[in-house]
Amino acid sequence: MTAILTTKNVTKRFGGLVAVNSVDFQIPDQSIVSIIGPNGAGKTTFFNCITGFGKPDEGEIIFEGAPIHGLRADQISHLGVSRTYQNIRLFAEMTALENILVGQHTFLHASWISAVLGLPSVRKEEKDALNEAKRLLDFVGLKGHGDTLARNLPYGAQRRLEIARALATRPKLLLLDEPSAGMNPSESEDLTVFIRRLRDEVGITILLIEHHMRVVMGISENITVLDYGEKIAEGSPKEIQSNPRVIEAYLGRGAATEGMEDAHERHQKKGG
Amino acid sequence: MMNNTNKENSLWAAIKIGLLGGAVALFISLVGMAEVFSKRDVVEKTMTLGQFVLLAISVASGLLAARRTAALLDKPNTASQAAAGLIAGFFSAAILTLFVIIGAKINIRTVFLNASPGLYSMLTLNQGVSGVWILPAAGAVSGLLGALSLSLPNAVRRPLFHAILFIFFMALFSGLFRVVMINQSGFWEKTAKYLFSQTGMTRPGAAIFFALVVAISAFWSAKGQAIKTNVANLPKGRQIGLRVIAFAVIAFIALGLPLVSGAFIAQVIVIVALFILMGLGLNITLGFAGLLDLGFVAFYAIGAYTVGLLTSYGQYGLQHISFWAAIPLAVLVAMAAGFTLGLPVLGVRGDYLAIATLGFGEIVRLLAGSDFLAKYFGGPQGIIGIQKPCIGVLGEFTKVDVPRVCYSLFDAAKPGIELSTPQSIYYIAVASAILIAFVSWRLRESRLGRAWMAIREDEDVAEALGVNLIQTKLLAYMLGAAMAGLGGAIFATLIGSIFATSMQLIVSINVASLIIVGGMGSIPGVIVGAIALIGLPELLREVSEFRYLLYGATLIIMMLAKPEGLWPSKTTQRELHHLDAGTSAE
Repeated sequence: MTAILTTKNVTKRFGGLVAVNSVDFQIPDQSIVSIIGPNGAGKTTFFNCITGFGKPDEGEIIFEGAPIHGLRADQISHLGVSRTYQNIRLFAEMTALENILVGQHTFLHASWISAVLGLPSVRKEEKDALNEAKRLLDFVGLKGHGDTLARNLPYGAQRRLEIARALATRPKLLLLDEPSAGMNPSESEDLTVFIRRLRDEVGITILLIEHHMRVVMGISENITVLDYGEKIAEGSPKEIQSNPRVIEAYLGRGAATEGMEDAHERHQKKGG
Repeated sequence: MMNNTNKENSLWAAIKIGLLGGAVALFISLVGMAEVFSKRDVVEKTMTLGQFVLLAISVASGLLAARRTAALLDKPNTASQAAAGLIAGFFSAAILTLFVIIGAKINIRTVFLNASPGLYSMLTLNQGVSGVWILPAAGAVSGLLGALSLSLPNAVRRPLFHAILFIFFMALFSGLFRVVMINQSGFWEKTAKYLFSQTGMTRPGAAIFFALVVAISAFWSAKGQAIKTNVANLPKGRQIGLRVIAFAVIAFIALGLPLVSGAFIAQVIVIVALFILMGLGLNITLGFAGLLDLGFVAFYAIGAYTVGLLTSYGQYGLQHISFWAAIPLAVLVAMAAGFTLGLPVLGVRGDYLAIATLGFGEIVRLLAGSDFLAKYFGGPQGIIGIQKPCIGVLGEFTKVDVPRVCYSLFDAAKPGIELSTPQSIYYIAVASAILIAFVSWRLRESRLGRAWMAIREDEDVAEALGVNLIQTKLLAYMLGAAMAGLGGAIFATLIGSIFATSMQLIVSINVASLIIVGGMGSIPGVIVGAIALIGLPELLREVSEFRYLLYGATLIIMMLAKPEGLWPSKTTQRELHHLDAGTSAE
């Protein structure tokens, strides 16, 4: 299987702190891959490097054979990389539909002059865009909430709207930053099913940051573990579950005999 | 026991509200507003505007105290509310009473310039210190009336309230109505003299207005809902017909207004329209894209100077082209200036952006007025002799300081129509404002408008969704600047001359304020804001001294009472509408 995204030796520093340290990483096309690691391991920073939020200090990021490090975020989005955010970042004062319409920005071509003149081509384009936005809203299960302001949607719906907005950019690779945060078990179960559908039906490659081990172990084909910015392990869910270095990273030395699931939950409680 | 403490509380609350009202009354008196107002009448020989305002403070104190009492007491009744109103009303006048007594003994005018004999005699109805008891008595009675108005049924209270408000409004603007009507002579002149006196309304005039408003308000509160549903139930064709009629009536009034209004009102409307243009421009950068620009007047200045330099027949005139040819050029130059400002501040955000743009505005003003560039821009003397717009053919430019002659389009021997009066510029300004409002609305609903709002909400996320920040922000600066430039261009031709000193920072602040008062990001809000903050003070020449005092008070009250603005954009309205549902869902 070919890799849709390859990172080579990616390093990101904040002053003296090395947030991401020389990470080599590959995502096979049409796969579901997770990045896990304790809080502060550099997962989100790694996401930011890929999506152009902060340029890596060293290393290369290759998307579909072309380097994308050094490109602006909008250019990267244009190539087909989209993301959601750990702490939801919707356009709070815009409606759900408007949020999705912004996601379609790149695919609309009306200049401001033709928009002012109200040319028929602009009207058609807007109409099509609105239909597409409604379709995406249905797809994430938010039918009928189109005119609600994003800030007034319930938490779970906001998460789904963020995914719909990311899908509107027609990504080939979708990065989800803790999509199940704050969800109850049945909601995260729905999410798992939904993520699989994205891959199987729409054909999008998925990269996840996730803390819920049930979700991670349930859907990932491959897991990469980061700790203090470094990649410490990589492999299938089974391999990761039994990897002593991973368990050590999560719990410290001597706890390697405990089950991953319990250990992680305890860690979560301690942390927050 | 519980009841007792409550009663003490409500007494203290009434006193507090009264004292607060008293402080406001004292303030209004000491800054000189009361005396200026007392030169105008609400009703001739009956009540001056100054008295009206002071009494209104007492009435309001009484009303608030009564309402507070009702909230504080377990079993509120009319008697206790009335008592609260009486007490609050008394105390609202007590401070002024004390002031009059002290003022009679000690000369406090050395500190408070406005504590003049005129003020004392106005406060005591010309009775001197012996008549000082009138004040607390009037205050107490007004407070009582305010409190009692609470127990009136809504159907009575609302029409009364509307009528009093309308009388106040008419008293403020009676001079304008009078002049306009007298200019028409004949029947209108007679009516004007019957309704209005030199300084306010006549007694029959006030009575007629009062009765009229009470009748209309009562009728509307009784039948309004029924009429609304009737209209809503009409077939579609008839509804459109009604709308066409309403539109035609508005258009007729708008077209005919300058013919009857005279130069002064026309000029005020033109200035409001120019501020609407600037407001719509800043609404794009600030309201839509969230980029705070405090140097916005620079684009207005650039538009004005471009028209000035291109059309002036004075010594600084460069090209002597017609106004119509200069307008698009002025807009283009302003756009280019928007681009030039936008480029260096692309990466600057928030407060820093405000400071950077503030600097830009000041630089433009200082350069335009500087001796250094006086060769080109006239320095402090400004540019004079700006050619008036001509509908027809302009004659050749002959020599400096001689305007080009405007000939008729059809007969080169006859004079054409020169738009030299404010009444004729009115049409250009109003048409431009309407056009630009339409353009703004189309932009708002477009792909670009959504990108602007996305940038306002979260610029990083917008970029990650494929919005090109450089292009989108530059377009916001350029289109906003273009609108302000158009305003400046019309301003130049209205006044006929431009001076760098009229392009002060305060203009930028005015524009930002009118957007905030109207409702950030709302197009009708800009129009309402411009009328409220620019039009009303221009019309009310009496209060022009206190313009910025009232301005500040309005802004503070607005931010406390209605932070979303007078006419918020649809989304903001929707947000408030959803707020109850929203909080329960979260």
